[in-house]
Amino acid sequence: MKDNTLDPRRGDSALSKKAIAARLGLIGAVVLCSVGMFAYVGGWLSSERPTQGRIMAAFEAVNGSHPGFRRAHAKGICATGWFYSNGNAALLSKAALFAPGRVPVVGRLAFASGMPFVSDQQSAVRSLALRFLPTGSGEWRTAMIDIPVFPFKTPQAFYQQLLAARPEPHTGRPDPLKMRAFAAAHPEFVAALGLIGKRNPSSGFADDTFNSLNAFRFVSQAGISTPVRWSAVPVQPFVAARASSPSGDRNGVFYALIAQVAEHPVQWHLMITVGQPGDSTSDATLPWPASRQRIDAGIVTIDKLSSEDGGPCVDVTYDPLVLPAGIEPSDDPIPSARSAAYARSFTLRESERAAKPPSAITPQEVQSGGKP
Amino acid sequence: MSSVSPRFSLPSRLMHWLMAVLIVAMLFIGVGMAASVSQRYSLLVSIHKPLGMVILVLVAIRFANRLFNNPPPLPANLPLIQRLAAHASHMVLYVLMFVMPLLGWSMLSAEGYPIVLFGSWQLPPILPQQEAVYAVLRRSHTILAYVLFVAVMMHLAAALYHGLIRRDGVLESMASWRGK
Repeated sequence: MKDNTLDPRRGDSALSKKAIAARLGLIGAVVLCSVGMFAYVGGWLSSERPTQGRIMAAFEAVNGSHPGFRRAHAKGICATGWFYSNGNAALLSKAALFAPGRVPVVGRLAFASGMPFVSDQQSAVRSLALRFLPTGSGEWRTAMIDIPVFPFKTPQAFYQQLLAARPEPHTGRPDPLKMRAFAAAHPEFVAALGLIGKRNPSSGFADDTFNSLNAFRFVSQAGISTPVRWSAVPVQPFVAARASSPSGDRNGVFYALIAQVAEHPVQWHLMITVGQPGDSTSDATLPWPASRQRIDAGIVTIDKLSSEDGGPCVDVTYDPLVLPAGIEPSDDPIPSARSAAYARSFTLRESERAAKPPSAITPQEVQSGGKP
Repeated sequence: MSSVSPRFSLPSRLMHWLMAVLIVAMLFIGVGMAASVSQRYSLLVSIHKPLGMVILVLVAIRFANRLFNNPPPLPANLPLIQRLAAHASHMVLYVLMFVMPLLGWSMLSAEGYPIVLFGSWQLPPILPQQEAVYAVLRRSHTILAYVLFVAVMMHLAAALYHGLIRRDGVLESMASWRGK
């Protein structure tokens, strides 16, 4: 190796101070451009873009700050049991859990509100989330809600509505003008609310029907892809909701469920609705015709409830994109948004663990069979 | 020019540039998916996980390669502080190339989340499910991603500084493809 090969002065004579400054400027520009692109992709340059962080902030603005709790569906209870597949859905999906047999289930029943201590109302929107755990791989998670359609077509619309629903600082209530402006810009929201308003709420969790709302695709062993939605349809007979909570208790709807399960397991049929060409998979605000074929895939049985505190569901995100081979996302943009938001919510609440107060439904209340 | 500066070996240069592309892509995918709630989120996540594993395998190969192929020496007259900075930044880059994929893998393990690479291809968890651990790992993954991005930016700036201002052959030792 010759000494001059790594000589820093090689050609230095050709670099004037001006040239050095220009070259330093060029280097700075390259780095700045890269940082700028990074910031753009990270959402820091566009304050309008609904990022995970902004959606969490909007939830907090609407519901208040509840460290350690889920940002949505905050008041809930863990439920365990099993899914007994009858094999009917195995024609459409190769997912292991649809083969005939029994699969353990870890579920969660909740009110959809983001307030963990909200007073139970029979007519309030409720959810059933399920995690199917077949042996080996092939886990499936789904969160279903007891409304017929989802009010938002896109994550943007969801975020805009959250922003419009933020309480105004001086009134403590959302600005009706903003709510009206949102509705005017989103006819699909108004149409969906119309359908949701017509629903006939049930008296509690056990006699409630929960719907996936979003469309997914079942993929068969032969590779045939079928658009589907699904529902959990109760075995327990339907009883219409009353306007006020039973016995006027803040946790009355949960207590009723606890008492029911203490007496007898509760069950739901997992009904798969098969979409036809023309049924929208990308827009969860649109119902599918009632005449669509529905396949009874088997029965979900819940035989044990536990408080979220120490319960088996508390650290589970019911991420709708945890799908086994045999179930795939459709072109519906909402599951991706739910997956992202749940992941962020999970990270937040796990970091806030130390500050979390006890959940509304305590282990003692579950043990005593639904008495405060 | 008759003299030929010492260069990195061909395998070293190939690994460097392949991983440069993958890591920069990974950083942008990561920051994008952590902000996104659109359909890009699930797309980016589905790329992020297998790509992280590819990088983990590649960095192991690269590290082994480095043990056999010594990098060319830095210019003899490089000031000590720059020499130290060069060694320290390369150390940081190597450590993070190992740590980031392992953090991602252990974080998903501690979350109890199925680590699906594609289809029914799934990685086993490398940690028991522990939410408190998850919270720490998840935060570390973000913070170290920013550290890695800063290190990559400094690496880029230093490389250009060598190439455009010092013109000491350091940039060419990695970025030159002319035949021997």
